[in-house]
Amino acid sequence: MTTENKELERTKEAAENVVTERTKNTVTYIPNVDILETGEGLVILADLPGAGEDDVNVTLENNVLSIEARVSKETMEGYKPAHMEYGIGDYSRAFTINETIDGSRIEAKMKDGVLRIVLPKAESAKPKTIPIQKG
Amino acid sequence: MLRTMRPGLRWDPWREMERLESEMGSLFSGLNRPRAAKFPPMNVFAGEADVVITSEIPGIDLADIDLSLTGDTLTIKGSRKPQELGEGQAWHRRERGSGSFYRTIQLPFTVDGSKVEADYTKGILKIKLPRAEADKPRKISIKTA
Repeated sequence: MTTENKELERTKEAAENVVTERTKNTVTYIPNVDILETGEGLVILADLPGAGEDDVNVTLENNVLSIEARVSKETMEGYKPAHMEYGIGDYSRAFTINETIDGSRIEAKMKDGVLRIVLPKAESAKPKTIPIQKG
Repeated sequence: MLRTMRPGLRWDPWREMERLESEMGSLFSGLNRPRAAKFPPMNVFAGEADVVITSEIPGIDLADIDLSLTGDTLTIKGSRKPQELGEGQAWHRRERGSGSFYRTIQLPFTVDGSKVEADYTKGILKIKLPRAEADKPRKISIKTA
C-alpha cells in the first residue's frame, strides 16, 4: 500500500541496471512530476512532501537535471503506528534536458512540498521566425 | 517495507474502518495508474490520550482543505488545483494528480472537537485529535462490604 502513491526507486534501478548503491540505508522515492514546455523554456513541478527548501538539491550537469531531497523522519515518541499508508524517505529523480538551457537563469522554489524549477532556454536556442521575401 | 512494521496480527480498527469506507474515498481524476491509490495517503499514530494523523497533500491552498469532525468521524475534503496550460505551452509529462478528494476516517474513540489541532507544513497535514475527557477509561474502585 505504501508504494501506491510513491514509487520506489528500486524498481527504476533494476530496470536501468544501475550498479551503484547509496551509502545511507534509506528508502528513496521517485517523485511525481509535471513538466511543461513554454515558449521561454521548461517548467518542472515535483511533489516532494516532507521536504523543505533546505532539504532539496537541484543540479544541472552535462544536460542532466537532478533533483535530490532528503527527508528527515519525524520521531513520534509515545505513539504507536496504527495504520500506515505512505512511507517516508528521500526523493531522487533525474532528467536529460535536450533543450539548450541558460544555466545562469535557472530558478528553483519550494512551497508546501512542491518544487518548481524554471529552466529558461538560452537565447540562441529560441525559435526565430525567418521572414520570407517575395522573390 | 512498512508492511513489516505494521502491527501484524493485532487488532487494527483503522484497517477495518478502511474496508468500510473504501468505497467512499474519491480519487484523483488525472491519475493514470494501474492501481488506484487513496488520496491523500494517511498515517495514523495512536498515543495514550490522542491520535495523530499525518497526510501527504503537497501543494494545496489551505483555503481548499476542509476538515470536519462529527463524533468520532473525521472528514477531509479538498481539492488540488491543476497546473493550467497557457498559450503556446505543452505538457511533456503530467504525473501529479489534481482534482477534488474526500476521505473519512473513523476514530476508535470520541474526540474533543475543541482541542483538535491541525497544521500544514512542507506539504504534510498533521492533525492531532485528543480523546474526549468523557470517553477516557475510568478506574473503578471496588469497595469491600
